[in-house]
Amino acid sequence: MTYIAKPKLHHPTLPKNKLGFTRRDYEGKVSTLCAGCGHDSISAALVQAFWELDVQPHRVAKLSGIGCSSKTPDYFLGQSHGFNTVHGRMPSVLTGANLANRDLIYLGVSGDGDSASIGLGQFAHVMRRGVNMTYILENNGVYGLTKGQFSATADKGSKAKKGAINTDAPVDTVSLALLMGATFVARSFSGDKRQLVPLVKAAIAHEGAAFIDVISPCVAFNNHPGSTKSYDYIREHNEVVNRLDFWPNREAITVDYAEGGIIEVLQHDGSIIKLRKLHPDYDPSDKINAQSMISSAAHKGEVLTGLLYVAPDAQDLHGHLNTYEAPFNKLGEKDLCPGSAMLDKINAALR
Amino acid sequence: MTKRIEATNDFVIKFANVNGSGSASANELFAKSFLRMGIPVSPRNIFPSNIQGLPTWYEVRVTEPGYLGRRGGVDLMVAMNPQTWNQDVKEIDPGGYLFYDNTKPLPKSKFRDDIHVVGMPLTEICNATYTDARERQLFKNIVYVGALAGMLGIEPEVIAELIGEQYKGKEKLLKPNLNALQMGVNYSNQYLKDAIGLRVKRANNVGDKIFIDGNAAAALGCVYGGATVCAWYPITPSSSLAEAFTNYCSRLRVDKETGKRKYAIIQAEDELASIGIVTGAGWNGARAFTATSGPGISLMSEFIGLAYFAEIPVTIIDVQRGGPSTGMPTRTQQSDIIACAYASHGDTKHILLFPEDPHECFDMAAQALDLADRLQTPVFLMTDLDIGMNQRLCDPFKWDDSRAYDRGKVMTAEELEAGKEFGRYLDVDGDGIPYRTLPGTHPSKGAYFTRGTSKNPYAVYSEAGADYQYNMQRLLKKHEFAKTLLPKPVLTPSPEPARFGCIYYGSTSPSMHESLVSLREKGIFVNALRVRGFPFADEIFDFVQSHSKVFVIEQNRDAQLKTLLVNDAGINPASLISVLHYDGTPITARFITKEISEIVSALNVRPIKRDKAA
Repeated sequence: MTYIAKPKLHHPTLPKNKLGFTRRDYEGKVSTLCAGCGHDSISAALVQAFWELDVQPHRVAKLSGIGCSSKTPDYFLGQSHGFNTVHGRMPSVLTGANLANRDLIYLGVSGDGDSASIGLGQFAHVMRRGVNMTYILENNGVYGLTKGQFSATADKGSKAKKGAINTDAPVDTVSLALLMGATFVARSFSGDKRQLVPLVKAAIAHEGAAFIDVISPCVAFNNHPGSTKSYDYIREHNEVVNRLDFWPNREAITVDYAEGGIIEVLQHDGSIIKLRKLHPDYDPSDKINAQSMISSAAHKGEVLTGLLYVAPDAQDLHGHLNTYEAPFNKLGEKDLCPGSAMLDKINAALR
Repeated sequence: MTKRIEATNDFVIKFANVNGSGSASANELFAKSFLRMGIPVSPRNIFPSNIQGLPTWYEVRVTEPGYLGRRGGVDLMVAMNPQTWNQDVKEIDPGGYLFYDNTKPLPKSKFRDDIHVVGMPLTEICNATYTDARERQLFKNIVYVGALAGMLGIEPEVIAELIGEQYKGKEKLLKPNLNALQMGVNYSNQYLKDAIGLRVKRANNVGDKIFIDGNAAAALGCVYGGATVCAWYPITPSSSLAEAFTNYCSRLRVDKETGKRKYAIIQAEDELASIGIVTGAGWNGARAFTATSGPGISLMSEFIGLAYFAEIPVTIIDVQRGGPSTGMPTRTQQSDIIACAYASHGDTKHILLFPEDPHECFDMAAQALDLADRLQTPVFLMTDLDIGMNQRLCDPFKWDDSRAYDRGKVMTAEELEAGKEFGRYLDVDGDGIPYRTLPGTHPSKGAYFTRGTSKNPYAVYSEAGADYQYNMQRLLKKHEFAKTLLPKPVLTPSPEPARFGCIYYGSTSPSMHESLVSLREKGIFVNALRVRGFPFADEIFDFVQSHSKVFVIEQNRDAQLKTLLVNDAGINPASLISVLHYDGTPITARFITKEISEIVSALNVRPIKRDKAA
């Protein structure tokens, strides 16, 4: 249960990051999800990514909606503030939180029901606005907490555990995020930590709306033959476009593979994403090509994973709005109140 | 001979125009000219939910004694809209005046015998002077303002001065406007001398009062009160509030050195997103508000419940309009009282503030931001279309420079470091309000997980009944404590001992005060109490107790404030009598006086004056 605290005792040989924290310092409470749930693997990837990035855990704000996926922020980054908001409305709450204090790292965690069904509108608009965040969608195509109903990302023709066939067309969240103006769009698989961890790190460093759709099989309700979000289906149909390595702020790097297959993407904050291209014709800064690759993969029943699109010169909502550098929640009367002398002038103009 | 209404500084002029014809600014100019002559005036827009082509009216009450409520009745109709001609002519009080464009002759059947008709060939004059169609239309408005000024005796220099202020920096437009004005004045001096019995005489009853609409005033209150985040979705009659906030911020909140903005305004995709943004900003320690109207409140309700239970400061300005459903978007009502008091599912109760005019919109908007932070809960500023979208004469705004924002109980990194106990939902000092921490405060202390579901006092997930009840009881205690912070009711005592009391709130105020005078003249004495906040102050109970009957004056069908008084405050319904006005027009003193007089006589109470006469 969530109120069970994990033992604080760490093994002395656990490696520490630059801040002196071990991976355990980035964990949260014990997960209450089903054993084998893909979401727990994603939580583990997030722990790994934040640890590797040397992020101070308390400088992260984790926000989620409602559902199995939205429960997970309680299971990592125990020293961060978290907010389990309203079903489908995490994006607006995250937007407001981000406006209040631009200095924190914002992590949005959502599910397919939360983002593609009830929350499709807010999902689209938060991408349009370019809110600086890492938005993780833990996508299993099914409602877990209410026991197995289809969500809007379930593929047409896929079969529910109890036998029902989905006849509705699926919402493809990466295509939608691209269309809506997200400046970092990726897809991964909860079972592929080697791909997911660097993606999360790059997304955190990205100064804009970063979206990662993570296919995350539901062992209880969507892991049977006939499901297109099962472990077996994804392993068989995963089409990886690139492998990526991520270096924050231009650190010295050693490249251990052939130059010809590598693309460097320099992000706004100085960090570098290195992509090992598995698809010879894949260029993640080409938005139109990304859209067409995603569509043609879907047409073949394949799930395209990797960094699908990144705009290196992205600007976030604060940039669009030209807001003040200091966080709003630190501003007081002196900064905000125009005072009585100005009010007298305003009064005079109203006579 | 037909009776002639003769009045000085006390009459109602109504303009019937076509929406989008440019009449609004001319009419406003006309209204302001009285103020410059020291005579209070109260204008009201009566407009359709449309941009161009539909009828629109502008009613100007000129009132030397300063009665700013709607009077009812029309002394002079300026009929500029053929579409509504019959209705407009019908509305004039007997002995009143009809001013119209007589370029085209109209059959006798189009007029009335008991009114006085004043014709002026406006179209002919404008067609002769201007060639451009748009100019003909726009200047026609200024020409009739000139003619009215001449007939009424408004000093033309006063209007010229106002035009000068309006077109400051746009001298190209100034001269033709002044010419049009003069044309109207000249015509009336030549042909319309003594055509009407309404007169204007310089007075000194305006003082240092200001003239502003409640939406702009509330927006300015949010600037002064320290709001940095505004999220909104366009909805009449609240949109102009967010727009005014935008304008004020661009003047008052841009850092001089960097040009950066100390504010963020998001026009959200819907009201769910706007309240979500406000909730997120409040959670993270910025002062945030949204402005909306009834349908928006309905959409926001789930979030309002979350903010109530998770205890997040949220300020909501509800500029009420006619309901239910999408209702009457351009008409006024006080019909969201219950919707806001109990907004959301489960057991929820919220803080409401009821401003009477733009002055209080300013004060209470700033206060709402303080209250939301102090009480960590949604706070509603309950204004309405009548206050929000009409310019109203009111006391000037005041701000005490020594005033500090009340940020409430926010535990700092230093306090956490020093070992101060932190329980997010723990009542440490008996007022029901817990401490909160802002995200990012301390590396290892004070972080918590915010949720709408149940938790124990330390914000740990819990489905235990005792934990849930602890929180619900504490929230009730907090609601009770809020009474000590809300503005107190305002008593207007009767000059003579009174058996009756009356309770009123919000935009009813000016009509109520005028009605108290009329009632006194009829020998009916009433003590009046203006409610300014919910939960109700104890003074309200004492007030009801000390009168045999108390009228509750409201602008809704279902007696919503009375319902709150009975249901929430436990007041005996037998002691309350509702006086309800809900046709979408602002309540008038005439209506209140008539209703109360009838009820009083039905109760078989002989007015004191009649006793004296006998």
